[in-house]
Amino acid sequence: MSNYKYLILRRISQITLLVLYFGANAYGWKMLAGNLSSSTILGTIPLSDPFALLQMLAAGASVGATALVGGLVIVFFYGLIGGRAFCSWVCPVNMVTDAANWLRRKLYIDKIERKIWVSRNLRYYLIILALIVSFVSGLAAFEVISPITILNRGVIFGFGAGAGLLVAIFFFDLFVLKNGWCGHICPLGGVHSIIGKYNLFRVKHNSDNCTLCMKCKDICPEVQVLDMIGKRSDFVAKQECTNCGRCVDVCNDDALGFNIRNYMKNNQEVTDENVN
Amino acid sequence: MKKEVKKVHITPRRRFFTNIAQGTGMSIMGGLLWAGYAQKAKSSALTLRPPAALEEEDFLKTCIKCGLCSEACFNRDSNRDKETLEHRPATLKMAKAQDDATIGTPFFVPSEVPCYMCEDIPCVPVCPTEALDITSVSNDKGELDFKMMNMGLAVVDSNSCIAFWGIQCDACYRACPLLDEAIKLEYDRNERTGKHAFLKPIVDMNICTGCGLCEKACVTEKPAIFVRPRELVLGKPGDHYVKGWDAKDQQRVAQQSDKDMTTHTERSKSEAVDYLNTGVDFE
Amino acid sequence: MSVSRRDFLKSSAAVAAAGAVGITVPQEAKAAAAKAESDWRWDKAACRFCGTGCGIMLATKGGKIVAVKGDPAAPVNRGLNCIKGYFNAKIMYGADRLKTPLLRMNDKGEFDKKGQFKPISWKRAFDEMEVHIKKALKASGPEGVGVFASGQYTVMEGYAAQKMMKAGFRSNAIDPNARHCMASAVVGFYQTFGIDEPSGCYDDIELTDTVISWGSNMAEMHPILWSRVTDRKLSNPDKVKVVNISTYTHRTSDLADIEIIFSPNTDLALWNYVAREIVMRDDKEKIIDWDFVKKHMVFAVGPTNIGYGMRRAGEKSLKDGKYTALEMETISKEMEKKVSAKEAPALAPYGLKEGDTMKHTAGTLKHWEISFEEYKKSLEPYTLDYVAKIAKGDPNEDIEAFKKKLQALADLYIERGRKVVSFWTMGMNQHTRGTWVNTLSYNVHFMLNKQAKPGSGAFSLTGQPSACGTAREVGTFCHRLPADMMVKNPKHRAKAEKVWGIPAGTLNPVGNQHIMKIHRDIEDGVVKFAWVNVCNAYQDSASASHWIKAAREMDNFIVTSDGYPGISAKVSDLVLPSAMIYEKWGAYGNAERRTQHWRQQVLPVGDAMSDTWQWVELAKRFTVKDLWGEYTLRNKKKLPDVIADAKKMGYTDDTTMYDILFANDKAKAYKLDANKFPQQGYDNSECLGDSRDVKGSDGEVFKGYGFMIHEYLFEEYASFGRGHGHDLAPFEVYHKVRGLKWPVVDGKETQWRFNVKYDPYAAKANPNGDFAFYGKLAKALSQGDLNGIKDKKKKPLPNKAKIYARPYMDPPEMPDEKYDTWLCTGRVLEHWHSGTMTMRVPELFRAVPEALCYMNPKDAKAKEFKNGELIWVDSRRGKVKARVETRGRNRPPQGLVFVPWFDEKVFINKVCLDATCPMSKQTDYKKCAVKLYKV
Repeated sequence: MSNYKYLILRRISQITLLVLYFGANAYGWKMLAGNLSSSTILGTIPLSDPFALLQMLAAGASVGATALVGGLVIVFFYGLIGGRAFCSWVCPVNMVTDAANWLRRKLYIDKIERKIWVSRNLRYYLIILALIVSFVSGLAAFEVISPITILNRGVIFGFGAGAGLLVAIFFFDLFVLKNGWCGHICPLGGVHSIIGKYNLFRVKHNSDNCTLCMKCKDICPEVQVLDMIGKRSDFVAKQECTNCGRCVDVCNDDALGFNIRNYMKNNQEVTDENVN
Repeated sequence: MKKEVKKVHITPRRRFFTNIAQGTGMSIMGGLLWAGYAQKAKSSALTLRPPAALEEEDFLKTCIKCGLCSEACFNRDSNRDKETLEHRPATLKMAKAQDDATIGTPFFVPSEVPCYMCEDIPCVPVCPTEALDITSVSNDKGELDFKMMNMGLAVVDSNSCIAFWGIQCDACYRACPLLDEAIKLEYDRNERTGKHAFLKPIVDMNICTGCGLCEKACVTEKPAIFVRPRELVLGKPGDHYVKGWDAKDQQRVAQQSDKDMTTHTERSKSEAVDYLNTGVDFE
Repeated sequence: MSVSRRDFLKSSAAVAAAGAVGITVPQEAKAAAAKAESDWRWDKAACRFCGTGCGIMLATKGGKIVAVKGDPAAPVNRGLNCIKGYFNAKIMYGADRLKTPLLRMNDKGEFDKKGQFKPISWKRAFDEMEVHIKKALKASGPEGVGVFASGQYTVMEGYAAQKMMKAGFRSNAIDPNARHCMASAVVGFYQTFGIDEPSGCYDDIELTDTVISWGSNMAEMHPILWSRVTDRKLSNPDKVKVVNISTYTHRTSDLADIEIIFSPNTDLALWNYVAREIVMRDDKEKIIDWDFVKKHMVFAVGPTNIGYGMRRAGEKSLKDGKYTALEMETISKEMEKKVSAKEAPALAPYGLKEGDTMKHTAGTLKHWEISFEEYKKSLEPYTLDYVAKIAKGDPNEDIEAFKKKLQALADLYIERGRKVVSFWTMGMNQHTRGTWVNTLSYNVHFMLNKQAKPGSGAFSLTGQPSACGTAREVGTFCHRLPADMMVKNPKHRAKAEKVWGIPAGTLNPVGNQHIMKIHRDIEDGVVKFAWVNVCNAYQDSASASHWIKAAREMDNFIVTSDGYPGISAKVSDLVLPSAMIYEKWGAYGNAERRTQHWRQQVLPVGDAMSDTWQWVELAKRFTVKDLWGEYTLRNKKKLPDVIADAKKMGYTDDTTMYDILFANDKAKAYKLDANKFPQQGYDNSECLGDSRDVKGSDGEVFKGYGFMIHEYLFEEYASFGRGHGHDLAPFEVYHKVRGLKWPVVDGKETQWRFNVKYDPYAAKANPNGDFAFYGKLAKALSQGDLNGIKDKKKKPLPNKAKIYARPYMDPPEMPDEKYDTWLCTGRVLEHWHSGTMTMRVPELFRAVPEALCYMNPKDAKAKEFKNGELIWVDSRRGKVKARVETRGRNRPPQGLVFVPWFDEKVFINKVCLDATCPMSKQTDYKKCAVKLYKV
């Protein structure tokens, strides 16, 4: 069903990664070993979480070269290609928050609940705060509370009491704040937003085809990035877009699709060409 | 009763500063809570780390919690049956929230699974951040040397150790991978029986790596020999004295000459002149 | 108000802790502690484990053993224990104790060899045993009923089993696991002294100047004795010397002044080298005590072409093709073998040279007297060069350094005035020339007059707690009767028949079904019923796959009685729950001839009953007419019909064996008396029944025999030895003392036998001399030379012992290109035998959870094994997986690996070869050839 194409692909991606990580520990597979904090592909190419590295550096660690190279690989990949795709294609917590969101829609909680307003920029403050706390405490501060690594390690090494945090996030997203964790709080999401600000793969809106059904805005976890819907044809350019593709999935009017940003020409020209 | 409500005019400027103040306050409060938790989350002093781990403070900063060491430990050649693919549990566990170690960091509990001291030390080279420092387990030729591992130190509770009662045990001695090096037997005559000897286990602190095979093997209900982080157990003699009978002992105090040698006691607190200028009591 | 154990521990800990810091404890807490302790009943017993025979005290409360302590009054251990002894209180309470009989059954509730085990009643269990024993007797006669007996039987159990087997079933197919453990020592004693058991005692340790350990890891296997050796060494470190002679470095080397690592089997050459030094240097240095030798010794020799105790050509299973071509490569050597370059010089005095084909006859005990000159001729080959060349066990050791050690060894033995004790255990007993090497040890001691004297002597250390007391002294061997009597000797049979109240001619004169023979007879389809008692015959026997296959796939019925389920129970058809050691009255006899008794401390768990009870109940199922008719044995000899004679003795066709053998008038004279020591206050499940109301063999609640059967069995057994150099004290006495070393004459124990000063029997035999080797077996010999008998006339040699010429010979299987490594097996301190008890003690299991393959790091490196890696240990017979250990307690030289056998998951006896000493029939677990490769 075309309405779920990207959702299914993302789930495949997220689960495949978890299976590979799990297998690396349980069966000694070499494909992808370690976890999202740091891993190796085929035992050679290192990958490291740049945010974790930043915190460690803030804490005063002298980090080994392998990890630093791994951090650069990640920055390069997402900066050039993936954008903030980590959050929707890789991060396992996304599955938890998506589930909360799905239930939220089913239960019409949005319609009933008193809205609380929290700034979507909170995550950026938290990045700074995480680095300060790391500096002060001498310990990568977000890493000791990160539900992402707790979930990720839980799958690989077995869950512990930290699993409670995931349940808390689920209920927080369900009852307290729509897209609360991924869309407001998670500083790692913030880091990936910044890294992916200028990547090439982006969703592009064609306002000519748009019927203003607003399904895309209903489904979008970072709804502020769809500010152009029905107004102008443009790339979804804001850094918080996770490239999850749900808007593309739900659009029945062919008004949204993935495309490659072309920095050579200016955006207006592109739009004009499309208009013609 | 009627109260007059004073209307306050909130200017954008005022709103801006209030917001800043609010944000800062919340950040400080949250930051303090967070930093407090982070301090709390730091491991207990009893945590035993993988071989070649940096000193605890540095290790906590540098470990990225990726689990590659634990995976290498679990999947080492010597841990699985290549025919049935059955594994023994890994020595290195990744700390969970309830464990007595910083969440996500590798540690081991010798009484459950000790470190088997693999020749190829598979857990160390895989560390991407060098929180496990390969140079600390490499000899001058750059080869890995398991005898250089340093995870902790075995301590004997001679009150509970049944060998000190005269029971012929030495289970720890036999289990030690550096048998008769890291644990030696001290022979003593048992005057009570008049014909038996004590064979008491004594740990050589310079050789023991803290692998914990002794703790695992100990047959008392709660092990009478157990591994603790070295710094928890060891004292430190003064740097001003060199063993005259040990040519190498000067290395131990190599840093001494760089230090300020001034001593301070309660008696030397006041400057000499100030002291001299205080009165003398004749009464 | 009752004080629970936890309360007690808490309050007594409080008292202790308070005492330590000098606080006065509230009177209440003190009183509670005292009260709890007063509820504990302490009583003496013997340790369950090895042959050392440590005394312990057991505390019982609420029907459970709650604590153990070393018995400070016990002379052997003075209150100390090793770590197995430390856990005596825990061995009976494993979660998987067998509590009820179990039978393999189909869905209809019928016995089915392929069925699953299901619980049944004792009545049903005896019904099945009765049916299958009768079937076996019909098919194969008495030779079709076999028992795997034990050196861990109590004296009473062993005696009951042997009586029912030999007098009832007329079968000599009862043989203990002690065959695997002590048989070579026994035959060595018989051949040398004419009577079993060591001349010395543990007091030698405190009196000697030199402890030489041959093929014995005393530090792990006899830890309490080792601590005595250590104390002796500490008492005078310069004078007292310790030598460890072994095929690999082990814990006993720790204390050793000299460690000699020799190539497997060359201990024969080492002993001969020492003897040669004595003889060759005697001319100049006057080393030999000729006065002693001439008065008390003769020289002797036997045939050399005796094979290796393996299956012989023509045996049924060989003809049926049950052995693979690979296995036959080794087994074929049983019939003939080419003399190798290694053994040729040693065999030259016997007229053999390299490349000659030796045709082997079956093993024989035959020997004849030779002159000293002939003996000297036999020693000539054992020059330092030859012995060092063949015996150096560590390829990386310098030959000159090795030679120096051999010289030092000889010097220690020879040094005038130096007292020397030679200890050995399985290294010398589990040996295809075990009997030979045992006798060689006495040669050296005899020539120097350093035997049977305080502080000097060759002393065989026993493995099992009652290998001496039960297996050997009671005689639960196929060829033996109590007190050194033999089934093949008509006078001995007649004596036993008289004591047992059975017709003359009842006892079977053919006693050849030793333990390996019982296994082989099951595989050959002869033995159809076998009962495993107090041992783990299917884990402890080499070439194990054959015996397991025979048990599971052939038409037979295997029963195992045990406290816990092990391999033997698993391959059985019927499993019986046995009462364990302190759940019954019992007695053990240790390696220094010390007999120790204990009382039943607690009731058995579940419906478990003692092996004595099981035997006595089985006897109720068989009558005179069932068992005492005529049989034709395999060798065509007939066992006569003795029913008519039985009737003359007052029995009828239907008199049961129970009435004849166990509940006879003699037995009933041993009265039960609940007010009399030692019975007062103690349970007695066999004699009185007990509060569990176990439903017995007739389906009714078992109410007890009504007489003191333990005392009866012990006293009747003891009557065989009294007056024959085997005197035991009365039953009651043993409950008052911490064991006594027999012969106990006029209430006094004997420390050094054959020595006129200490042994009343020697004093009687040779009142004016110093020694009398008064053993009675093989005390008349023909005359001859190394190559045979020249004068068949037998010359008596009263009160003399023998010095034997025995050459070095290769074992049947040695490393070659295909199988390049020696395999040696044995025990570890933490575990007892097959681990049925110790693997259930959490602390011991944690300490050593699995058997490892100990090997030299250089071998591991060459084969690219990592420490801890699983490898295959593969022989011509089978393979097992084991983890490599290059740093452990045992450090073999290159070319040898050691794997302990306690772990049923590392079933090393599938790999081992069932070659035996052809004279003692004891399996050589210490050497076979294996290859090692990665899993």
